[in-house]
Amino acid sequence: MIKTDALIIGAGPTGLFTAHQLRLIGLNCEVVDNLDKIGGQCIELYPDKPIYDIPSVPACTGEELTNNLIKQLENFKINFHLGERVDEVKKDDEGWIVKTNHNKSFLTPNVIIAGGVGSFEPRKFPPKECEKFENKTILYSVKNKKIFEGKTVSIFGGGDSALDWAVELSNTSNVNLIHRREDFRGAKATVDKVLDLVKAGKINLYTKYQMLNAKGEHSLESIDIKHDNKEIKNLKTDYALGFFGLIMQLGPIADWGLNIDKKTIEVDTEKFETNQKGIYAVGDICNYPGKLKLILSGFHEGALAARACFKLARPNEKYRFEFTTTSKAAQERLGVSKK
Amino acid sequence: MAKITFNTHDDKTHTVDVQNGLTVMEGAVQNDVPGIDADCGGGMACATCHVYVNEDWIDKLPDKEDGEEDMLDMAYEPKSNSRLSCQITVSDELDGLVVSIPSKQG
Repeated sequence: MIKTDALIIGAGPTGLFTAHQLRLIGLNCEVVDNLDKIGGQCIELYPDKPIYDIPSVPACTGEELTNNLIKQLENFKINFHLGERVDEVKKDDEGWIVKTNHNKSFLTPNVIIAGGVGSFEPRKFPPKECEKFENKTILYSVKNKKIFEGKTVSIFGGGDSALDWAVELSNTSNVNLIHRREDFRGAKATVDKVLDLVKAGKINLYTKYQMLNAKGEHSLESIDIKHDNKEIKNLKTDYALGFFGLIMQLGPIADWGLNIDKKTIEVDTEKFETNQKGIYAVGDICNYPGKLKLILSGFHEGALAARACFKLARPNEKYRFEFTTTSKAAQERLGVSKK
Repeated sequence: MAKITFNTHDDKTHTVDVQNGLTVMEGAVQNDVPGIDADCGGGMACATCHVYVNEDWIDKLPDKEDGEEDMLDMAYEPKSNSRLSCQITVSDELDGLVVSIPSKQG
């Protein structure tokens, strides 16, 4: 069990700056995110897209913004728990007990939800039959490529993940590559490599096809794929891999007893606290009259929620408002104090 | 102003008035049409506003911009009449437009 003054769910821009604000006022914190990298939507959805409305930053990309926020946190040495989803938040005499899907648990008086639109999950094959094989022989990411050796693997998608795995696995497996159209959006060099391997008979390419059905008793035996012209093909296969990017889902947050309306959490505008004492929501996931889904609003919300955390984390101390320009304590925490 | 009809996954139809200049996605979100989440807010970055355009209308819409077809790779069950509704700007010419929302998006 990890004890902390505050636990932040979500490592997007709002979560990052909230961590900054907590550490600046002398509280410690831990950050959990389901993505395997820091940055949230900025890094996953639009790393290269320019943002023009961050105060005093005329233009920056999602990636640049993330890198700068990480840099701003440098001296705080914050623990990030990436690739982990918070599944459970439960009240205990001492505070909130928070558990992740990897069985990590935290004890904290303050939980700050900076979850954007929810956690990123892989987008799955639409046919219902695919659920039966999920995480066994129908996969949305590769953890151990050895399992594919000598097997038939059917890879779906037209981006870099699908193409890279098609190339990689063609060395040791029988690879089918299935894509809904003839154009691929992956890097040109990778597309060329795939097409060479198709010519050499190392990859079987099926374009304008999509997954229709998955068949098998216990494990996957074959799949039906359907052409745009309605023709159906049955392919014997041991594995099917889908690479259709990520989708955001509210997920377990819905079960924590919070007031939720249209995938957003109701909060007050003084502390950004939810209907549960000690649970706050900031950034895109919170809702209050006049809410704007802007990154700058998330920064403000995080700053106020951090001050609210102080009361519960340090009940016997008094919070003092200070400026970073003059506060010795703040400068020491930032690692910029003059010796 | 254009009247736009959304056929949703629950076999209901929602016909709403959408102001010129807004996108079809915004028309759906403002009128609480289910199945158009528009998670990325119209940035052509998430494919959660994917719709099937009624065949009679497909040729009357402005062409897809670069990137829309790439993003449709991510959508659930894309078809030849698939579009991202955040990329269709409403004008008088679109009065009567009918789109359907993929059932998996519901």
